[in-house]
Amino acid sequence: MTDVRVFGSDGLDATIAVLRRRGYDVFGPTLRDDVVTYGPIESVADLPVGRGDEQSPARYRSRARGDGALFGYAAPVQSAKAQFLPSDELLWTSRPGDAASGPVIERQAAERRPVAFVGLRSCDLAAVLQQDRILTQRAHADVAYAGRRAGAFLIAVTCSDPADTCFCASLGTGPSPGEGADVSLTEIVGDGPHRFVATPGSPRGTELLDAVGAGPASDEDVAAAHRVERRAVTRMGRELRTDDLVGVLYASTESPHWDAVAERCLACTNCTLVCPTCFCTTITDAGDLTGGAAERRRVWASCFTKDYSYIHGGSVRTSTQARYRQWITHKLATWQVQFGSVGCVGCGRCITWCPAGIDLTAEVATLRAGDTALKSSRAAGPRPSPRED
Amino acid sequence: MTAATARETVGTDPMVPRLFRVVHTRRDTRDTHTLVLEPTDGVPLPFRPGQFTMLHSFGVGEVPISISGDPAHPEVLEHTIRNVGAVTASLVAAQPGTILGVRGPFGTGWEVGDGKGGDVVFVAGGIGLAPLRPAILEVIAQRSRYGRVVLLYGSRTPEDLLYADDLRAWARDGGVRVETTVDNGPPGWTGRVGFVTDLVPRAGFNPVTAFAHICGPEVMMRAVATALRDRGVSGTRLRLSMERNMKCGIGLCGHCQLRELFVCVDGPVFDHDRIGPLLSKWEL
Repeated sequence: MTDVRVFGSDGLDATIAVLRRRGYDVFGPTLRDDVVTYGPIESVADLPVGRGDEQSPARYRSRARGDGALFGYAAPVQSAKAQFLPSDELLWTSRPGDAASGPVIERQAAERRPVAFVGLRSCDLAAVLQQDRILTQRAHADVAYAGRRAGAFLIAVTCSDPADTCFCASLGTGPSPGEGADVSLTEIVGDGPHRFVATPGSPRGTELLDAVGAGPASDEDVAAAHRVERRAVTRMGRELRTDDLVGVLYASTESPHWDAVAERCLACTNCTLVCPTCFCTTITDAGDLTGGAAERRRVWASCFTKDYSYIHGGSVRTSTQARYRQWITHKLATWQVQFGSVGCVGCGRCITWCPAGIDLTAEVATLRAGDTALKSSRAAGPRPSPRED
Repeated sequence: MTAATARETVGTDPMVPRLFRVVHTRRDTRDTHTLVLEPTDGVPLPFRPGQFTMLHSFGVGEVPISISGDPAHPEVLEHTIRNVGAVTASLVAAQPGTILGVRGPFGTGWEVGDGKGGDVVFVAGGIGLAPLRPAILEVIAQRSRYGRVVLLYGSRTPEDLLYADDLRAWARDGGVRVETTVDNGPPGWTGRVGFVTDLVPRAGFNPVTAFAHICGPEVMMRAVATALRDRGVSGTRLRLSMERNMKCGIGLCGHCQLRELFVCVDGPVFDHDRIGPLLSKWEL
């Protein structure tokens, strides 16, 4: 029988306290500048109590919900990416050594406290697992990322209030957390007492629930959690069909539609910065003025910059057309060839935070229609006569 | 349960370079120099011809550079570098004794051995001869295992031709037919003037048994691949080495992607069958 527990917000507070006592840096949703983002938390009081949000293309507004919900909003502006793959990280420093042995390289941050998340969205959990696969389970591993992930404790949460920009249900990445969480929560508000239905996903998740004294859930608790999930599924503003994406995007390589997108796209990189799966980074090397000490940092990069594809003599992708095509083709098509799944988890951040409100689900629909039109015109139209020499 | 403190292992981190000392430098052309390096720890760096390293000038930066040395001598690491930017300017200025960082070797090789028993055609443009040099040396080392061996080499001017001593030695002692051509011949130049593709029809190889290896500017490789395929060389026996922006060399940073390929780990050497269709697409 499935182990399902239930506790109140005091139980959630105890969970945070236990994790902190055990040495974790605990992160959860917080309200900063009237926007929900993951940040350090010390108790449930640090969560965005009673806050909700409205998200639509190029628009985000925080709102008061009028209840005491702790997780009653859609995707925070940033995902867990910022904690596991920091936007700026010192890889190593070097200082001059003696002439025989050369510079001495020192790896930084050999010891750090592990990270725990409380209230990680299901879409963001799916994205963490994607980045695990990309950065630690291929021929070469990202050692720094792997180190941070190895000790992390993840408490995920069912998304009860998806936004107009959300489409995780069509991608199978939500609204309820899938595998990979140590504990999965569903918050129940306004349907009996305010409570959290909790399912352990790992032995240490079970142990944590025992430690905070979470008792067994009743059938009614489980039914209420299912109602939260079902209601969320029906409230998603968007969907993305994925079965034909490789074909559609490969066939669209030379589509005239890229011109139309480029008229709107500012190549500002917002979409890649808020995307929870985008993993591109660049390396910056710097030395002191005497040429003695040096350091190497790794920072987030974006395929929307001209510099991204620079080789001597110029960039491969000079146009915004080519850069948008690269992003969406990678995210939705070549990602599947490389890593075995679509690189999108349906969080909708790229739609909300695009200053031009470009919507990848709409762009795909346009490209799909164009591809279909092209195919049918090829099928129906006159064939070019074979060349005769 | 107490959370363990996350620990990292320096020794296994592919982002941390090994230290190599410059032991010899040679100026090849007005903008191109060859560095001969030795590992400070004495541990050789075996490589497959066609592979590259991420070569690091401390405090300046790091760039991908193909290995141009002899695969039979992994105790020395040889790199031929053209000065085209801040990092390469620093590298070509390195004097003997300078310590550089090296990560790698990374990527796929030419695997010239796949062509044993048949003819071998090398086609190089400019500094594209550098990544081919280890493959040419590998073939010469087992010369009797191959049929005819041809090197077609084009550069902008006679002064830009690399490895003049090698070219003479390969032709004289290596059993390699070496044909060169330049885009611009100054007064007094008695050699050929024209594109390297012009050398293909008279190169004298059997297109059915031949394996071809091409390295040079992308536009040149496209033209040469077309010329070779027109002669009957199949796309699975025709390989070329791609250049893209690389920051990590190990498939993690994303920069080198060419559609579904990571040039750093899936390449840089590709079969033409795989890479050819992508080269004709605009800004892919």
